Amino acid sequence: MNAPGRHTVPWRYIVPVLYIAFLLLPLYWLLNTSFKTNQEILSSFTLWPADFTLDNYRHILTDPSWYSGYINSTLYVVMNTAIALAVALPAAYAFSRYRFLGDKHLFFWLLSNRMAPPAVFVLPFFQLYSAFGLIDTHIAVALAHCLFNVPLAVWILEGFMSGIPREIDETAYIDGYSFGRFFALIFMPLIRSGIGIAAFFCFMFSWVELLIARTLTVTEAKPIAAIMTRTVSASGLDWGVLTAAGVLTIIPGALVIYFVRHHIARGFALGRV
Amino acid sequence: MKSWNNRAWLLVLPVLVLVAFSAVIPLMTVVNYSVQDSFGNNEFFWVGTEWFQEVLASERFHNALLRNLLFSGIVLAIEIPLGIAIALCMPTRGIGVSFCLVLMALPLLIPWNVVGTIWQIFGRVDIGLLGHWLNAAGVEFNYTSDVTDAWITIVLMDVWHWTSLVVLLCYSALVAIPEAYYQAARIDGAGRWSIFRAIQLPRMKRVLIIAVLLRFMDSFMIYTEPFVLTGGGPGNATTFLSIDLVQMAVGQFDIGPAAAMSLIYFLIILALSWVFYTVMTRDDEQAQEGQR
Repeated sequence: MNAPGRHTVPWRYIVPVLYIAFLLLPLYWLLNTSFKTNQEILSSFTLWPADFTLDNYRHILTDPSWYSGYINSTLYVVMNTAIALAVALPAAYAFSRYRFLGDKHLFFWLLSNRMAPPAVFVLPFFQLYSAFGLIDTHIAVALAHCLFNVPLAVWILEGFMSGIPREIDETAYIDGYSFGRFFALIFMPLIRSGIGIAAFFCFMFSWVELLIARTLTVTEAKPIAAIMTRTVSASGLDWGVLTAAGVLTIIPGALVIYFVRHHIARGFALGRV
Repeated sequence: MKSWNNRAWLLVLPVLVLVAFSAVIPLMTVVNYSVQDSFGNNEFFWVGTEWFQEVLASERFHNALLRNLLFSGIVLAIEIPLGIAIALCMPTRGIGVSFCLVLMALPLLIPWNVVGTIWQIFGRVDIGLLGHWLNAAGVEFNYTSDVTDAWITIVLMDVWHWTSLVVLLCYSALVAIPEAYYQAARIDGAGRWSIFRAIQLPRMKRVLIIAVLLRFMDSFMIYTEPFVLTGGGPGNATTFLSIDLVQMAVGQFDIGPAAAMSLIYFLIILALSWVFYTVMTRDDEQAQEGQR
């Protein structure tokens, strides 16, 4: 770091630097392994690929049973984020602005779903979605992930909305705005970073979940994470392809972080995640 | 003050319908199974609390619960202090901030099974950097056969995966402290430790409660990462409640005991979370009264 007017870097920066090194070491190893041939992975121990190859990636990007996993995951994650935000926005407004019969109990009950272990819901989810003929569809996974994402979105948005003075609502109503117009034209732009943060967390928790997504899908909507676990057990240990698939699952997350990096700290402070 | 308005229920209605569909109906199914037994063919008969008694008395459940509690205790004891320490040492301005935030947030966005895969590849004795180096350095390390090694690897994996969450939360609270607080402290001649005790720690209290709550819940529900990394082994050494539960419900299809265990598991989490939640909201109310 070369900050102007500052000649010494404080010694305490060594702590985050060491921590980041610890974070990156396993990631480096994953990346390194993904560029090796299986023969090199198993026969010799090398710190960087001696026989650099892109075959593992080529295998994934040309085989539909692999790359469809990425499309499936993206589809249900986007659906889930849209549904969660659409229902959470009005609810969060109600919680932040009004007191109503049973509001506190309702809020805790919602949060309790965020705390529910997914393992508890595996079997009943399977039966419920079977009954509706929704097994192996993207919407089934998107709806199931609402179990933990809707409470979280309500929680985050409520925190942001409570930071907006109530006078703004009252002035708008006096000026003759209807609730819908006020909400869409005035209120939503005011909490746009909150909406961004909520979307970020919905994306994140839906993208990383495996157990429910795997249970509710067979082939048509199978997420990439499930395809990875299947390959480990079925076709022996194709480490090269497995690590390449792992690297590719990290990329969307990394892109999303880059876009919200300025909101991460503020978002955590305001929306009480 | 918030105004009293029962029409606000209309705004909450979509959430209620959705959560009813994705939580209440499945939970009712679980309750239903937990009090019945079946001979197959969809014939069920009432058994009352038999399954609950069986689960609560079984050693298998006790052991899994103990493992879960031990695991949650260890990871909280490591991640919370470590997260605070790292947040305190982070740069507060300049390009270093974005750099740290982006890199630290990275593990949080990796699918959980990939986290397992990463540590599998990192820790293996034959092809892993960690396993290979440790053995080359003369340390006997094999997480697939040794219980202690398996636990060390799983704890290390969780620290790698989740400490960043604590760091980000604490950091956000730290940068929100006005500079004037530090100036006042300097005038009073406060040292590093008293600044931490009197200014930084109280300002971080709220996010720390949230961090403990989130880390406790998530570590108590852990499934995917140990499932991929160790598969619950060696033996049953890393079979946590979730792994045991899925094995029972989907693997052996013992629906009755599995449902009873689900409910007990859920109630434990619910009770503990309620304690956290009350503490947290009580603080909120106190803070609001303080401002008035």
